[in-house]
Amino acid sequence: MHPTDFTLRGAIEALNEGLLTSEELTRAHLDAIQALNPQLNAYVTVMADQALAQAKASDARRREGIAGPLEGLPLAIKDLFCTAGARTTAGSRILENFVPPYESTVSGNLLRDGAVFLGKVNLDEFAMGSSNTTSSFGPVENPWSRANDPDTRLVPGGSSGGSAAAVAARLALGATATDTGGSIRQPAAFCGIAGIKPTYGRCSRFGIVAFASSLDQAGPVARTVEDCAILLRSMSGFDPKDSTSADVPVPDFAAACARGVKGLRIGVPKEYRLEGTPPEIERLWEQGLQWLRDQGAETVEISLPHTKYALPTYYIVAPAEASSNLARYDGVRFGLREAAKDSDLKDLYERTRAAGFGPEVKRRIMIGTYVLSAGYYDAYYLKAQKIRALIKRDFDQAFAGVDAIVTPATPSAAFGMDEKQDDPVTMYLNDVFTVTANLAGLPGLAVPAGLDAQGLPLGLQVIGKAFDEETVFAVGAAIETAADFRALPRLRAGV
Amino acid sequence: MTYTIDGKTGPWELVIGLEVHAQVTSQAKLFSGAATAFGAEPNTQVSFVDAGFPGMLPVINRDCVAQAVRTGLGLKAQVNLWSRFDRKNYFYADLPQGYQISQYAHPIIGTGAIEIELQDGSTKTIGITRLHLEQDAGKSLHDQHPTKSYIDLNRSGVALMEIVSEPDMRSPEEAGAYLTKLRQILRYLGTCDGNMDEGSMRADVNVSVRKAGEDYRTRCEVKNVNSIRFVMQAVEAEARRQIEVWEEGGEVQQETRLFDTARGVTRSMRSKEDAHDYRYFPDPDLPPLVLEQSWVDQLKASLPELPDARRARYVAMGLSPYDAHVLTLEKETAAYFETVAQGRDAKIAANWVMGDLFAAINRTKTSIAEPPVKAEYLGTLLDLMKDGTLSGTLAKAVFEAMVETGKSPGAIVEERGLRQVTDTGAIEGIVAGVLAANADKVAEYKSGKEKLFGFFVGQTMKAMQGKGNPALVNDAVKKLLS
Repeated sequence: MHPTDFTLRGAIEALNEGLLTSEELTRAHLDAIQALNPQLNAYVTVMADQALAQAKASDARRREGIAGPLEGLPLAIKDLFCTAGARTTAGSRILENFVPPYESTVSGNLLRDGAVFLGKVNLDEFAMGSSNTTSSFGPVENPWSRANDPDTRLVPGGSSGGSAAAVAARLALGATATDTGGSIRQPAAFCGIAGIKPTYGRCSRFGIVAFASSLDQAGPVARTVEDCAILLRSMSGFDPKDSTSADVPVPDFAAACARGVKGLRIGVPKEYRLEGTPPEIERLWEQGLQWLRDQGAETVEISLPHTKYALPTYYIVAPAEASSNLARYDGVRFGLREAAKDSDLKDLYERTRAAGFGPEVKRRIMIGTYVLSAGYYDAYYLKAQKIRALIKRDFDQAFAGVDAIVTPATPSAAFGMDEKQDDPVTMYLNDVFTVTANLAGLPGLAVPAGLDAQGLPLGLQVIGKAFDEETVFAVGAAIETAADFRALPRLRAGV
Repeated sequence: MTYTIDGKTGPWELVIGLEVHAQVTSQAKLFSGAATAFGAEPNTQVSFVDAGFPGMLPVINRDCVAQAVRTGLGLKAQVNLWSRFDRKNYFYADLPQGYQISQYAHPIIGTGAIEIELQDGSTKTIGITRLHLEQDAGKSLHDQHPTKSYIDLNRSGVALMEIVSEPDMRSPEEAGAYLTKLRQILRYLGTCDGNMDEGSMRADVNVSVRKAGEDYRTRCEVKNVNSIRFVMQAVEAEARRQIEVWEEGGEVQQETRLFDTARGVTRSMRSKEDAHDYRYFPDPDLPPLVLEQSWVDQLKASLPELPDARRARYVAMGLSPYDAHVLTLEKETAAYFETVAQGRDAKIAANWVMGDLFAAINRTKTSIAEPPVKAEYLGTLLDLMKDGTLSGTLAKAVFEAMVETGKSPGAIVEERGLRQVTDTGAIEGIVAGVLAANADKVAEYKSGKEKLFGFFVGQTMKAMQGKGNPALVNDAVKKLLS
């Protein structure tokens, strides 16, 4: 077995049994990156020297009998997490040369637990996008391709496209990601891997470049549900440096994966049966529910009546917060500065932001600025906040009767890099099944469940109660087991 | 009598409201752990949060919240157990985040009131509209380089209380008295040091004018006035400008103005049309600020005595309202007075503090915070007078010696042998000598020139180098002359 084909859990066992060292494991991944990254463009920055040094240090710790929960495991870090001394770009030209002197809490937690960082992975610029085509560092290619059209390059989804593509192509055992409207779950589904956006407040946002503060949440992507559970446990925890971080205990998520679903009530929201959803996605959804019934769960139809307002609500709230969060990129203190010889302050701002931000980021800044403007605030931002409260209430009421909700993860399989690029609104529809969990702050897991007619992976989503990731993992693991998803992307390391 | 300014068309009334920005006295900034000391080297008290670095998040400083609550309680204002922070968005080089975190819609403190004292002895109540917490911005320095501006972020993120008054003031004097009283209360509470020259307190002055009986006319806001005297001048200058505009058939436009202290006039800064759209919205990085009533009660129970209460107590101790007012103006003065008056006659203590001590402070250019004579020593001095060790004259001499040497009154009395002589035999002996040496005057006295009594007393005291007990000397002179 090639070292890059290990699951995270498998690698932990192999390292524990001395079958290989972290250095070997890390070197295998660095070799794979060297071989495939020129095509996939998943990594923005490869930290080969640092990774090998970390791996050697990890092996030394292990020899001394010290081993953290993630000891020696090579991971990829989404380039939205600040990493001390290592360039952090947020996929944007405006931070092209930004080297933070501090470590994000989440990446710091992973280092604390012994992880090795292979490098920083690509993303949509400032995490704004669903195809990883808005990155200033070029698009990421999905390692999967259509059986009957292998030459069309597909998107990996976004914004965590680099994270998902790297993990699917065996360029990392797992990766950090972030999810504001679906940025973990949609790329995980597009790349045939698992990914969880935990409850808002579960992971600290400290040191993560902000997109929309009330929606942003970090989470892992990995090739199995259990691997996600292992990573999430390390990433989670109360952080006094983030006022929205939750002071709640972090359970053993991996243990919950084996709980089974016997006796659980699974909600099936009727509003998620959208017109125009491909029949194979409808079929996969029904199949997933049947698998759960087969394992002793009960499925019940539920109603989330405000679902249809979720996407427009999201596209008001998220840009509003983003327009404010991105004001700090002004060329004054760090990052790109564009100025002419005679530039005054306003000219410096205009030149810097015009050159530093790409079109999608500019679009969202303008939308956000507009919806917060005097005279429009009540009609847009305030109304959106009210609807957000109603969406949250929908879930509260539904969860009074069910333990988890299962839906499709995305309305389609991965699409071509040239598709859906003309109309931003078409692109926004990618998030239709996922934004609700962000608006309500709930955990959502994407799990690969099958393939479409073109041989592309499709995922299902499990949504849980706030801070009940354990049930989400149990349901996700049950689907994973039944689906027995073994398909592999065309392009991957170790073949 | 309503204060008015006479224009060509007759008298005009003034309507004044103040927005005071008071820097919260605290070790750390409102949302970061960086220090707040005044006068540090530029950009040495800046955390990554204050500099608006990517991924940095604000975390509220509990001490700053406590200070705001204390201030609210001191202003007899409503404490809102639920308040919220909003973002005020605008671009400026010394505003690192691109927004200021402030409590726009839901302030921590609601309505309250301040009683001000006026020159004529009357008092007036000025309403407080609200108090909210917000971050200060950094400082732009445009005069350090011919083509560049420099930015100092030491102030960036420092906690400010914005205290907004009702438009209840009607004269420059009332505006000055309001600021004086507000500053006094803040200093008593220890929630703001009130140092206007260091910028820890500054005022935005809202002024409009009107004819008697009218509703409010359009107001203008004079920004960032940094002394009580300038506030009073700015009120008058702006009122006169507005009167002129109205009287020339014009209309006052709502705008933001600056006070030119050198020329004593206000200048337009920006009109309403150029006003920023600040796009306020709730800061998603900060949950609502929720206070426990029990915590507020604890703070209330631990509030120091405030100026009004202290003044009333001094009057009850027997001081005149004027003395009580003067002694409570600065809390350091009151503290000094209390130490001196502790277990002693309050009126005598007040006289010494306001007389000899104030004079010594002026003469030696010191301050009540670092007084030329320790309060404990002045107290001992009063004790030495009371027990007869020192006469009034001797006490003055000892006081001056204390100013010069900083020594205790006991030490000075011992060193210089200034102890008052109360031995009647000894006194009578000296009086006898004085009378013998002035036989002619004794004869004049006895023939009816009774004014000479004081002469004999004076000569005796002189002979005793002032150490004779005055009452005993009097008695002895009287006795030997009869």
